[in-house]
Amino acid sequence: MRYSAFQILKEGITGNKGWKPAWREPEPKAEYDILIVGGGGHGLATAHYLAKEHGITNVAVLEKGWLGSGNIGRNTTIIRSNYLLPGNEPFYELSLKLWEGLEQDFNYNAMVSQRGILNLAHSDAQRDAYTRRGNAMRMAGADAQLLDADGVRNMVPFLNFDNARFPIKAGLWQPRGGTVRHDAVAWGYARGADSRGVDIIQNCEVTGFQMQNGQCVGVHSSKGSIKAKKVAVCVAGSSSRVMEQAGLRLPIESHVLQAFVSEGLKPTIPGVVTFGAGHFYVSQSDKGGLVFGGDLDGYNSYAQRGNLPVVEDVCEGGVALMPMIGRARLLRMWGGVMDMSMDGSPFIDKTSIPGLYFNGGWCYGGFKATPASGWCYAHLLATDNPHPTATELRLDRFMTGRMIDEKGVGAQPNLH
Amino acid sequence: MIINHPLLGPRDAAEFVYLGDAALLHRPNKDDENAAQAFLEYQYLRDNPAGVHRELWYHEQGDRSWLVVTRNTLTHEITDVQLAKDVARAEGRSR
Repeated sequence: MRYSAFQILKEGITGNKGWKPAWREPEPKAEYDILIVGGGGHGLATAHYLAKEHGITNVAVLEKGWLGSGNIGRNTTIIRSNYLLPGNEPFYELSLKLWEGLEQDFNYNAMVSQRGILNLAHSDAQRDAYTRRGNAMRMAGADAQLLDADGVRNMVPFLNFDNARFPIKAGLWQPRGGTVRHDAVAWGYARGADSRGVDIIQNCEVTGFQMQNGQCVGVHSSKGSIKAKKVAVCVAGSSSRVMEQAGLRLPIESHVLQAFVSEGLKPTIPGVVTFGAGHFYVSQSDKGGLVFGGDLDGYNSYAQRGNLPVVEDVCEGGVALMPMIGRARLLRMWGGVMDMSMDGSPFIDKTSIPGLYFNGGWCYGGFKATPASGWCYAHLLATDNPHPTATELRLDRFMTGRMIDEKGVGAQPNLH
Repeated sequence: MIINHPLLGPRDAAEFVYLGDAALLHRPNKDDENAAQAFLEYQYLRDNPAGVHRELWYHEQGDRSWLVVTRNTLTHEITDVQLAKDVARAEGRSR
């Protein structure tokens, strides 16, 4: 069923009896062309683009829990393409372009809202760095604008501009950045893939890989063994645990990142604002809650919850930047498990095992990458060649010295 | 989290800086035949277990000692804390 204003009108006057579930709940077949392990945003996007762009529909997505139970439902919903390095920026710009056409593409309301993202600079050096970053973005076809202090003041007058230690000197403004309703992204992709024949199988945990002559020919799962010509792992957060079953060690540590929502407030924060001196980023949801976050807790964790010192640190950063939120009460906080890679950049690549593909290492930037990750992973799976924007997202880049280290902190995952 | 420092007693984890897997104590020998591969694995690859994990913590806002902390990454429960110096010596190293 195609969703449209006409459909709402029609269902409205016929008692809303015609709506169907957005996807089927099939049992797995014995064999598929491509098996996608992990039914998060990236896995579902991969399935959608495999079916829609490459015509490959004999595909199943295996999800251990329910759709949207992982990081696609736990993030702070920001989309942007304000990266610096040539290995990253064209990829994230592709992602932003796909976000812009996403709702028409999969016929689902994902509430894509390009309300803009503003990165604040607090020193001359930081302003220079943002100038360079803005230039890199524009060279890759993205939009970027450097605002001076007055420009920032016009846009967000409620910030603490004259802080003695961290005065606000400038801002890098990307008008096309914004926020998206995160769960709807998973549901929209699931519906898009399902309607083209992809089987989405929930509550199906992969417990091992079937190997034959050193080649991956399928998986063992809690719903039995399933054969496949290609197995595509896409389980960021649990990448090490899943790939260990194939005997692979990854350049990844799992870390916990916390996120927070305040009580609902009247509209006050126009776009996404990030503090350049501490680590704090905030936007306001359509329900009115301030959605914000900051640094990783900084130690390996699969617990999906963090500890209080980081809560304190994030809230201090927020109040230092915008003192007016000091009286807003915290409503909820939670943690998600991040695949922190050794250079802070992701992987979309074949592995050393024929038939086994890997997508992961998204650090805390996976949500904004969802469409491009699916687009490029589908391209790799369909053609066996990397997509032109993802040629550097390789697993062997630490061996060849081609790291993509945006922050320049080296192999220290909790600092990226 | 509270880390029970062998010399100073229970201390808040916020006083510490985290480095990573305690396997980082075992730096490869640069003169070995396969040193390049060994250093690649030492520097960039991790076991990253879900469960018991031995890891290095540095008491930056304390006595500046390195500790080997055994902690469960699923529950954050800490079951053992030793001075990294003692761990290295028990393995027969001079320091």
